[in-house]
Amino acid sequence: MSRKGFLPLGDRMTEGQMPMHLPATALLRWLQRLAYRLGIRGRGLVIAVPYLWLLLFFLVPFAIVLKISLSEALIARPPYSPLFEWVEGMYLEIRVNFGNYLFLLDDSLYAVAYLNSLKIALISTLLCLLIGYPMAYAIATADPAWRSSLLMLIILPFWTSFLIRVYAWIGILKQNGLLNNLLINLGLIEEPLAILYSDLAVYIGITYSYLPFMILPLYATLERLDRSLLEAAADLGCRPFKAFLTITLPLSLPGILAGSLLVFIPAVGEFVIPELLGGPDTLMIGKVLWNEFFTNRDWPVASAVAIALLLFLVIPIMAFQYLQGRQQEARR
Amino acid sequence: MSQPNRRQTKLEPWQDPNEEPYVRIDGVTKKFGDFTAVDDISLNIYRGELFALLGGSGCGKTTLLRMLAGFEQPTEGHIYIDGVDMSEIPPYERPVNMMFQSYALFPHMTVEQNVGFGLRQDRVPGPELRHRVDEALELVKLGHLKRRKPHQLSGGQRQRVALARSLVKRPKLLLLDEPLAALDRKLREETQFELVNIQEQVGITFVMVTHDQEEAMTMSTRIAVMDAGWLVQLGTPAEIYEYPRSKFVAEFIGQVNLFEGLVVEDQADHVLIQSEATGSDLHISHAGSVPVGTRVWVAVRPEKMALSLEPPGVEQNVARGTVDEIAYLGNLSIYLVRLESGTIVRVTSPNLTRVTEMPITWEDDVYITWPNYAGVVITQ
Amino acid sequence: MRRSGFLFTALAFGYAFLYVPILLLIIYSFNESRLVTVWSGWSTRWYGELLQNDQMLSAAGLSLRIAAVTATFAVALGTIAGLTLARFGRFRGRTLFSGMITAPLVMPEVITGLSLLLLFVSMEQLIGWPGGRGATTITIAHITFATAYVAVIVQSRLVGLDESVEEAALDLGAKPAKVFFVITLPIISPALIAGWLLAFTLSLDDLVIASFVSGPGSSTLPMVIFSSVRLGVTPEVNALATVIIVIVTTGILTAGVIMSRHERRRQRDRQLAEGGADGEPARAT
Repeated sequence: MSRKGFLPLGDRMTEGQMPMHLPATALLRWLQRLAYRLGIRGRGLVIAVPYLWLLLFFLVPFAIVLKISLSEALIARPPYSPLFEWVEGMYLEIRVNFGNYLFLLDDSLYAVAYLNSLKIALISTLLCLLIGYPMAYAIATADPAWRSSLLMLIILPFWTSFLIRVYAWIGILKQNGLLNNLLINLGLIEEPLAILYSDLAVYIGITYSYLPFMILPLYATLERLDRSLLEAAADLGCRPFKAFLTITLPLSLPGILAGSLLVFIPAVGEFVIPELLGGPDTLMIGKVLWNEFFTNRDWPVASAVAIALLLFLVIPIMAFQYLQGRQQEARR
Repeated sequence: MSQPNRRQTKLEPWQDPNEEPYVRIDGVTKKFGDFTAVDDISLNIYRGELFALLGGSGCGKTTLLRMLAGFEQPTEGHIYIDGVDMSEIPPYERPVNMMFQSYALFPHMTVEQNVGFGLRQDRVPGPELRHRVDEALELVKLGHLKRRKPHQLSGGQRQRVALARSLVKRPKLLLLDEPLAALDRKLREETQFELVNIQEQVGITFVMVTHDQEEAMTMSTRIAVMDAGWLVQLGTPAEIYEYPRSKFVAEFIGQVNLFEGLVVEDQADHVLIQSEATGSDLHISHAGSVPVGTRVWVAVRPEKMALSLEPPGVEQNVARGTVDEIAYLGNLSIYLVRLESGTIVRVTSPNLTRVTEMPITWEDDVYITWPNYAGVVITQ
Repeated sequence: MRRSGFLFTALAFGYAFLYVPILLLIIYSFNESRLVTVWSGWSTRWYGELLQNDQMLSAAGLSLRIAAVTATFAVALGTIAGLTLARFGRFRGRTLFSGMITAPLVMPEVITGLSLLLLFVSMEQLIGWPGGRGATTITIAHITFATAYVAVIVQSRLVGLDESVEEAALDLGAKPAKVFFVITLPIISPALIAGWLLAFTLSLDDLVIASFVSGPGSSTLPMVIFSSVRLGVTPEVNALATVIIVIVTTGILTAGVIMSRHERRRQRDRQLAEGGADGEPARAT
């Protein structure tokens, strides 16, 4: 049996040159033209989906964090006081509580944690740059046939689990770990070094985990660098090292900045690395936030810590966005 | 294209006041923010023309072309194609196809699929589609490469695929954005003639954008010279070359010598201009009326000038100077002559005989002469 | 030559730094002893125990499911977002939009995690959804930050793509939506695959955000690993790490080999096409 039998309506619509059909198409076409003229072309709709998603799940949450940072902790579910309340349906009561922020200023633990996070992130970023720049330069100037393989080797660890890579260092840096065993067997040291659970271990961990983020933008700028610039410099009597300092380095500055921000910003708020590799006195703000939230269950203070951390990071994040935007423009 | 569409087009339809323009650009302006890319341009293009928009980079020619295609909307004014206002018609509904400067071939499709793409959008049935694709590929002599992908083609082959792809829908108007710019010099010259032949075969109206004045001169029926969003002159290649209306056009198209001067006599059959540069009066036989006392420029093409060592014995259209530079180009030689006023004049003369001993050499004192019809008076 | 010697040393040191820990991890996963750092002989004992560990296996299953859903949604949203940024020019709210795309790339995870949790709690109070937290909330959180990564990949691919290819399709009569599906998508498909894989890995890898937005009974693999690592080094984790590394490495290397072979073939085609007119093989001159 043909499917037509079930669909009398569809039948009429496809076979009969029904009078409804033509005006409908004409109307549709007219609407299309109108939209085209207004410059809409369906793009408003297209933009709306990711736009609304990101508004709801990225931007609105920050407003809520701000709101809750201004409320009081309660032993309840959820454990904070409401900011707005309708009192007997008469008027809106707004209770703003700056206590959480005052508390952050009061207890020197927080100030120390913020400063320490900045210090650790800064030193780790420098370490990444020191190790990453020569590597990026070496890859960018390597034989093109080798380049993609070398680059792949940089990216490969990034695809394997971050947590596992940090974990690998525990076995190496432990009191009776592989590094200490090796050094003792070589006779270089008598007593095992206490590297794990110290700031040094955190530096190693961050540098190790974030190195690809430094190398990739560096490589991108160095690879685009016109090699004939260096030849021109040599031709004009400039020695290789001087040429590097006066030509390569300044021209790779955007890459240096992008890589540094890509390492620095997330490193400031890093939690896993100081938790697994750092010692009890390795204060980092990510760890403090985590503990306020999970151990003390003080959501308002955790929110205040997050807002304060964001304030620290606003300038570097905006710098990163500016760089990113300029890079996209330049590629146009 | 099976029956070559040799429509008997009039030779110069723009001369006929009864001929309806095929494309009418009516007061079109395009602004990007504060920048005016196209400034109040009106011009008519007739059926079967190969029309060139000529100008330097940033003159607005590409923007005008993109408005014809529908990628940009005019800020003001209207475009009519075959009598239909195009303002509200999006590019995918216009009877217009474009050949892009970068060719814009779809990298993931074969030559055949690329050429057939436009027909598939119109839901042309399979057998007809294949027939028309084959025909178009035959036209550009690429029938044997239809299973290749764009990256397996040379630059010239890619250009032909792009041409076939834009012709296969038989558009009312074919737009070509710098069609030959990506080819090397030798291929470019061959392709110029081939493109003109194809245009005559298919009878489609072509509008071409180019920055290359030689290309515009050899290929087109008429040229619109553009500068800074303005239409500076419109005419046949010969008109534009022989009668430039402004200094810009005179200098943009070919080489020219310009002498500044004062109109001292304005008769029905000639004007006389007194020039400090040449030291003699300039006689121009065919100029329109220019009031006495106007400051004007006289343009003389280098190939219309002659050099002699002996005084020519005329009072007008003559200049005296010394030879500064000589460039031997094989078929002709270029002489740069410094006049007593300091003006440098460029003269080209064909090397009709085998030159072993050049009669005129560096530092010679020479006379430059030119006929009465050679000069053009420019007031702008 | 001293300079290239220095570069070579830097490169060798850098790769050693990146790979020695991973290699040691793999080697010690075959260690007989429970004490991870003391070698007592080859054994595959810990792989056997891993297979018995129901908690880890179910966490791995959950993580894989979340990662697959995340990657798929993130590619859909991220493609649209990347297209918007690369092709739609200026529109109202573009600055905010591009800000919301780039900020998640560097935002510390603790902040993202906390803010999303607070959002979910507030939403539940307000509209009763999502009821509690678990796989759904983790997936939403992962889609949000993975979308940003995909958008950046797609955007940079599109910026590098000649826009006139899309205009040519419009010019030949294809409507914008059709152009997108028939021309743009196939051309950028390698970027989409890369984006999907990246989103998948990011989701599979995330500990911090998942910890904030998960509920009881929905522990992802990183959460399980983290809690067992916090108790000390366990050889089972080494075995699991080795499994993950082997899978990822095989996948990436295969993809790399296919891609470079493809690229080499394209290059050879191109040389052939430029060398010999009309497709005759290039003759040596």
